[in-house]
Amino acid sequence: MFKVDLKGHVGSFRVEAAFQGTSGVTSLFGQSGAGKSTITNMIAGILRPDSGRITVNGEVLFDSERGIDVPARARRVGQVFQDARLFPHLSVRSNLTFARWAGRRHDTRSLEEVVDLLGIGHLLDRKPGGLSGGERQRVAIGRALLSAPRLLLMDEPLASLDQGRKADILPYLDRLRSEAGIPILYVSHAMEEVARLSQTLVIVSEGKTIASGPVAEILSRVDLGRATGRHEASALLEGVVSRIDPEWGLSSVDIGGQVVQVPGLDAPLGEAIRLRILARDVAVATSEPKDLSIRNALAGTITSITDESGPYTEILCRVGDQALRARVTRASASGLGLAPGKSVFLLIKSVAIARRQRAPALGAELTDATGQQTLV
Amino acid sequence: MGFFELQPEEWQALVLTLQVAATALCFAVPLAVAVAYVLARYRFPGHGIVNALVHMPLVLPPVVTGYLLLLLFGRNGPVGRFLAETFGIVFAFNWTGAALAAGVMAFPLIVRPVRLAFEAVDPKLEEAAASLGAHRIVTFAVVTLPLTLPGILGGAILGFAKAMGEFGATITFVSNIPGETRTLALALYTATQTPSGDLAAFRLTLIAAVVAFGALIVSEIWARRLRRRIGGADV
Repeated sequence: MFKVDLKGHVGSFRVEAAFQGTSGVTSLFGQSGAGKSTITNMIAGILRPDSGRITVNGEVLFDSERGIDVPARARRVGQVFQDARLFPHLSVRSNLTFARWAGRRHDTRSLEEVVDLLGIGHLLDRKPGGLSGGERQRVAIGRALLSAPRLLLMDEPLASLDQGRKADILPYLDRLRSEAGIPILYVSHAMEEVARLSQTLVIVSEGKTIASGPVAEILSRVDLGRATGRHEASALLEGVVSRIDPEWGLSSVDIGGQVVQVPGLDAPLGEAIRLRILARDVAVATSEPKDLSIRNALAGTITSITDESGPYTEILCRVGDQALRARVTRASASGLGLAPGKSVFLLIKSVAIARRQRAPALGAELTDATGQQTLV
Repeated sequence: MGFFELQPEEWQALVLTLQVAATALCFAVPLAVAVAYVLARYRFPGHGIVNALVHMPLVLPPVVTGYLLLLLFGRNGPVGRFLAETFGIVFAFNWTGAALAAGVMAFPLIVRPVRLAFEAVDPKLEEAAASLGAHRIVTFAVVTLPLTLPGILGGAILGFAKAMGEFGATITFVSNIPGETRTLALALYTATQTPSGDLAAFRLTLIAAVVAFGALIVSEIWARRLRRRIGGADV
């Protein structure tokens, strides 16, 4: 649990941030230059805010009113940087244990545990110079984990990796999320990573945090289009793999009683998963369609329609207790007589889910009665 | 007596030169590292003046530097008198004076590469060390300094070469006293001023060349080993 409420500046660039995160992943999302790194640098103690308060688990790291400004080295905020920043003259092992021998930090986690979690056992005696980008990031994550952090800051940890490497490292981030047991603040401008990993989403635009809340809720807010990016407009559907059809290579995902078929999904039966559906991949019909190649038609109700002057409009719908967004032309919305309260069918091409989302075949957390994150 | 056999006074000059250069480096290198670090990492009023002062021995005629040393550190100089009365350290006409002159002349040559090396160390690595709980002093010792070692080695080699061959400032400051301040360069100069000193001059030239060549080879091996340890890769 951490709370951030700060105002500050770097040169003439002003930032203003107010949000909180619980256990699990809180993502700070915004376009490049929106001020995400400035905010995280203030949390880490590298930059000093002008005013405000930062607490982690109730402990104050910064409080301008009480004159508290804990130095970076005493904050116990583990950092993973985009460029890894491993010490090039030290072996992977010495990098991992750096906090122990140079920082006198003693973590309850053992080196073996972290090495297993990240799959870096075979790298221990090598130098950072000989590692691939993905390996370096895993070592950097391990190094931060072994510094007894109360909060883990990950600043665009995947941004410098190519697609293949990203796919390699994402499963480790999933494991980290469920096993690290500390809150993670994940900074990114890539919506697909954010949608996949986070519980809480904070949107940053022009130096300010303009919205924060549960990820599905924030993604379904059409008023944030400018900050989240038009092309990226999307919604999250959470469901459980209910059937696997190996003959056609399709998996059925149960979304509150309705079914979405996803090709090439690499998740076992009964696994809870998250599907990110881009608004531009969703079409709207007023009656149940027949004779269509599109196999996914979800019944829903329109909750709102954006009032735009351009050729497009965005339609927000309820599907069971979840939300879905559709981006259609204003002309077709008007032709179909779409209006809030109307029952519609939302059509999603299965191919779109597979190709664009790289199938988030991961354990999404469900919150049980005790508020504990569990992997289903 | 063989043609290449060293005369006792030539041996003396060689040993004295090594002693003078080594002593000069022992003091000049740590001081140069400190000054280079400050110049590389901090901006403060007078930054340019400090930088200019460091480089003065490089641009002044060595005789001028030697004369200034004589004025400051000589028997009647303000610093010289203070050191003699308080600590019993005498520079004038002493081999320690030769070491001082060599150190001062070598100083800017050591500072330059070390400063470049410090500037090449990404301050973000130091930020990373801080986030892992390391104190600034610890970070300097285990991150910054090791990454700067190749630069320090390069500076030390340049400084050593300068200290070995220093002539103008030395002869002005501490004169040319056999066994006390007559280093290789001064001995060579003396030999050339002496009738029938050609052979001695030739041998001294040979020694100087061998020592310089040896130092270069050793430093090259050492530098290669250091680079391998750092991994020779980006961060």
